[in-house]
Amino acid sequence: MNITEANITNNNGLLSKEEKEPVIICKDLTKKFGDFVAVDHITFEVNKGEIFGFLGANGAGKTTAMRMLSGLIYPTSGQASVAGFDVYHKQEKIKKNIGYMSQRFSLYDNLSPLENITFYGGVYGVPRKEIKERSRLLIEQLGLQNEANKLVASLPLGWKQKLAFSVAIFHEPKIVFLDEPTGGVDPITRRQFWDMIYEAASRGITIFVTTHYMDEAEYCNRITIMVDGKIEALDTPGNLKRIYNENSINDVFYKLARKATREE
Amino acid sequence: MKKLRFLLEKEFKQIFRDKSIVAMIFVLPIMQLGILPIAMDFEVKQVNIVIIDNDHSPLSSKLINKIGASGYFKLLAYEPSFRQGLEYLKSSEADIVLEIPNSFEKNLIKENAAKVNLTVDAINGTKSSMGSSYLTSVIADFNNNIQIFQNKNIVQPVIINIENSTWFNPYANYSWFIVPGILAFLLTIFAGSISATNIVREKEMGTIEQINVSPIKKWQFLLGKLIPFWVMGMIILTIGLLVGIIFYKIRPIGSIPMMYALSGIYLIALLGFGLFIATISNNQLQAMFISFFFIMIFALMSGLFTSIESMPEWARIISHSLPITYFIKALRMIILKGSSFADIQYIFVILIGYAIGLNGLAILNYRKTT
Repeated sequence: MNITEANITNNNGLLSKEEKEPVIICKDLTKKFGDFVAVDHITFEVNKGEIFGFLGANGAGKTTAMRMLSGLIYPTSGQASVAGFDVYHKQEKIKKNIGYMSQRFSLYDNLSPLENITFYGGVYGVPRKEIKERSRLLIEQLGLQNEANKLVASLPLGWKQKLAFSVAIFHEPKIVFLDEPTGGVDPITRRQFWDMIYEAASRGITIFVTTHYMDEAEYCNRITIMVDGKIEALDTPGNLKRIYNENSINDVFYKLARKATREE
Repeated sequence: MKKLRFLLEKEFKQIFRDKSIVAMIFVLPIMQLGILPIAMDFEVKQVNIVIIDNDHSPLSSKLINKIGASGYFKLLAYEPSFRQGLEYLKSSEADIVLEIPNSFEKNLIKENAAKVNLTVDAINGTKSSMGSSYLTSVIADFNNNIQIFQNKNIVQPVIINIENSTWFNPYANYSWFIVPGILAFLLTIFAGSISATNIVREKEMGTIEQINVSPIKKWQFLLGKLIPFWVMGMIILTIGLLVGIIFYKIRPIGSIPMMYALSGIYLIALLGFGLFIATISNNQLQAMFISFFFIMIFALMSGLFTSIESMPEWARIISHSLPITYFIKALRMIILKGSSFADIQYIFVILIGYAIGLNGLAILNYRKTT
């Protein structure tokens, strides 16, 4: 329905080569913690408006890769630029242009949804007047009218995650990084969540998302499968299924992830 | 600057939603200042004494009466032998054992001199030295009266009379000394731990990562934390001063705006110290341990209870490297002595140095990208 349509249009958009405009460029990016190589020479590009999926078992290095790209940790070696800014020296410039939703719920529990939107909007420099207007609209879209002034702590997890995503893209970033955004969320809410992701992508926001739900991987324009810190495969879901001769991304993933030697 | 307003809005909302913090602002100064100074009184009021009178003479009973009437001593028991008297000292019931020898009256009349035996439990140093000096002065007084009573024509030695006059604290009231000190210590406990645990809590909750991934500047974030706690510290100071006035009648003699200025600078320094602790700890337990390690040193080395001048050289060096030492000193000077700005100018300079240094260290050590 909604999702499959959007999927097709986005895929078509990608196929026309002249529209390609990389917003994340990553070359041999590596992160070591002592002797442990969390991320091992990963190379890829993500284009503007793309939904880029990052798949991998727990401990495969997805989060570490994402944290390097969002300027939270320094890479050990390799190069990367995000929104045109180098990850070694221009992290603060990167931070202006990205949204980030971490694995852990990171809104303030003892503030209301409205107060959280206002705070994070303000931190990213959205003018107060604009915050006022748009936050009202956003609360309506999320169906949180009755909860707008209650504390976030009292919301169900699915609503919290949708709110956290809305907050992460409130300042209209070029790229949004989502680290397992739907962990522990029911299937219906996950579906709604992906509708929101498609809506954001249609506005030109690039989506970089990690997940270990294989059905979600099918929603992405392109996916990367990470095993033990290395990129094992990178293509559209359709191409991957064809290359590995499997019926679903789930089976492709099992084929590749079986090689993993790293324990969680 | 606009971003700072958003930060402050958020912090104030969170603080005043946390009932335990609001309670702390009011309960902490009232409890600590209302109760501790009364309990922590070094004045010796009741010295327990056991007397062994081997003489049983009119003069010895006169001496005993005089001791009993002095008001400092509580006569626990009369014992027939010194050994039995000593038992009271061993069991810590008595502080002093006074033994009057059997030839006391005879010697006093015949030789114009007599000896008594004073045995003092010196475990509690203050009580024992005060007690024995009270007793010595009672005996000396008794001695003078005896000589007058006997009306002997002896040449009185020239006596230099020392008249004490106590300045700034005319009744030598211990609470006057300790209340400003405890007020300073209160601000130290508050500022030294609250900023540390608050930021570390954001680390534990994971919200700090959301801050670190935003374009907010390090100094904006830290200032957003510092200002609300500074305001709370000033409220605690005000309540503390009111408790001092109402409970202890300690009305600050010196300039109150100057005292607020000094306290404001001190709070910035200590909050910076807390912020620095936050940058080096990963959880609230660590932060609490580190800050209480230092707060203990502050309490014992700052001259809060004891005199810095009587510390050994190395301890004096430590004491003079702690900001609280200067703050307590200046607070006492302003409140009790009414010292002027010129008197404590150097303390202002030192505390401003600490404020800049500690906050600078916190900003330097705080990393948005690790």
